[in-house]
Amino acid sequence: MSVEQTDIEKIAKLSRIRIAASDMPEVALRLNDILAMVDTMQAVDTTGIEPMHNPLDASQRLRADIVTETDQRELLQQNAPAAEQGLFLVPKVIE
Amino acid sequence: MEWETVIGLEVHVQLATQSKIFSGSSTAFGASPNSQASAIDLALPGTLPVVNEQAMHYAIMFGLAIGADINQRSIFDRKNYFYPDLPKGYQTTQMDEPIVGAGAVEIQLADGSHKTIRIHHAHLEEDAGKSVHDLFPTQSGIDLNRAGTPLIEIVSEPDMRSSEEAVAFAKKLHSIVTSLGISDGDMSQGSMRFDVNVSIRPKGEDKLGTRTETKNLNSFRFMEQAIHKEVERQIDLLEYGEEVLQETRLYNADTGEARSMRSKEEANDYRYFPCPDLLPVEISNETIEAIRARLPELPDARQARFVASYGLSEYDASILGGERDTAEYFESVTQHCGDAKLAANWVSGELSARLNNEELSISHSPVSAEALAGLIKRIKDNTISGKIAKQVFEAMWQGEGDADNVIEAKGLKQVSDTGALEKIVDEVLAQNPAGVAQYKEADDKKRKKLLGGFMGPIMKATKGQANPGMVNQILAKKLNQ
Repeated sequence: MSVEQTDIEKIAKLSRIRIAASDMPEVALRLNDILAMVDTMQAVDTTGIEPMHNPLDASQRLRADIVTETDQRELLQQNAPAAEQGLFLVPKVIE
Repeated sequence: MEWETVIGLEVHVQLATQSKIFSGSSTAFGASPNSQASAIDLALPGTLPVVNEQAMHYAIMFGLAIGADINQRSIFDRKNYFYPDLPKGYQTTQMDEPIVGAGAVEIQLADGSHKTIRIHHAHLEEDAGKSVHDLFPTQSGIDLNRAGTPLIEIVSEPDMRSSEEAVAFAKKLHSIVTSLGISDGDMSQGSMRFDVNVSIRPKGEDKLGTRTETKNLNSFRFMEQAIHKEVERQIDLLEYGEEVLQETRLYNADTGEARSMRSKEEANDYRYFPCPDLLPVEISNETIEAIRARLPELPDARQARFVASYGLSEYDASILGGERDTAEYFESVTQHCGDAKLAANWVSGELSARLNNEELSISHSPVSAEALAGLIKRIKDNTISGKIAKQVFEAMWQGEGDADNVIEAKGLKQVSDTGALEKIVDEVLAQNPAGVAQYKEADDKKRKKLLGGFMGPIMKATKGQANPGMVNQILAKKLNQ
């Protein structure tokens, strides 16, 4: 399997990553190298082996349903480019 | 050509946990914007989600209630897309190994027939935040308080063939989740939201037509309207030789119109992968059985019990037994007044009508179950007639006190004193000699009708407070002398 430039453009768009046209050949080369490695791995016979979702041989710890977090809005909104009346501000989005 | 409608539903139900699905932030509704959005909800670097046990248990309760297989191992996945109200850039959800497998729900239709709707699966996921578009001229405001609120998404098979079936199914789910107590089911606050998949095909055809998805319907009525409109639109397209495009449509409750939201092609490319931050969730058989043992009474069982132990009709039982709050209110009235039939009539009649008018839920009724029982007791012991009782009920609704207070204060006590009633009957008969003469000449059949004619003036003279049964006896006695 290999990727074409159009595939890369689509993935880049979905991921909101801007890739300069001049970088395209380099990105395509690297992605295709990765896919070649995946192809090699795909060739291994995995009959009878259970798929691994996580490398840790453990299961998820569950927490009790208790409110432990406090209001940290002032602190957290210092990260935001713009906030007003407690709301994060973003360019207008109406679908 | 005759067309058949095919409908499948995806239903999002907010779970009634105190804290979010992956963090200890509060899920309380109506808090100041972003005051309940923690570093974990915002997915800041270095934070890790931890699954809320209660959310898992609520999902399992739902699964057991619909007879579904519970997957003892379930996996959380990331569904990737960008939208301002999704702070992480992905929604943590379940795809290939959801907590609840296939199950089924039985619905009852208006004609009394029953139908089984299959559930494909139900999975746990987190809700997104909310966008506010009308506060700032050139920007949208984002409130992430809702982000991370636990949801179960219930996915049906395309088993419904009309909007009536779809609404019956949605109402049944509402009744199940509220009976289980796993959701408050408050549609006005978005606790239950429906995405409707609709397609049509020529009647008799096996192959499904192209479907559209109408998103985010938050009332049964809007759902019904949206389905009607969409079916009409698709029939028009196909009959004019055009095609139905697979797309997501957004319903506007103000205009009753839906429009295409975005091409499903791009939006559907969610690049799911297992969430590396969360390990597989293992649920032991003992846990599942312990949850099963604690399941509260479900709507079907409750309705059957109402028929068997209170002698209600199936119809009354479905009205009173469908929703837990209504059922509890009815049972409390019955316990306090000792008359299930009268309790059923008042709860499904006068009380429901009044609640509907004011758009109140029964848990917010200004007349408590105990107070209503107090009123019914006064009907039973003949202190007041059923007609006067409506007047008393209205006063109670307006906060004028309990039934006994209102009856006393307004002097509404029924007149059952033979002497007093005879006096009034004499007066009314004396004022209407022509009527009396007509009665004396009439045959038995006519007499019955003419007797009723004297009731009006007597009731008027007593302001409706005469005991109707006694007046009838006195009238008959006097006229037949």
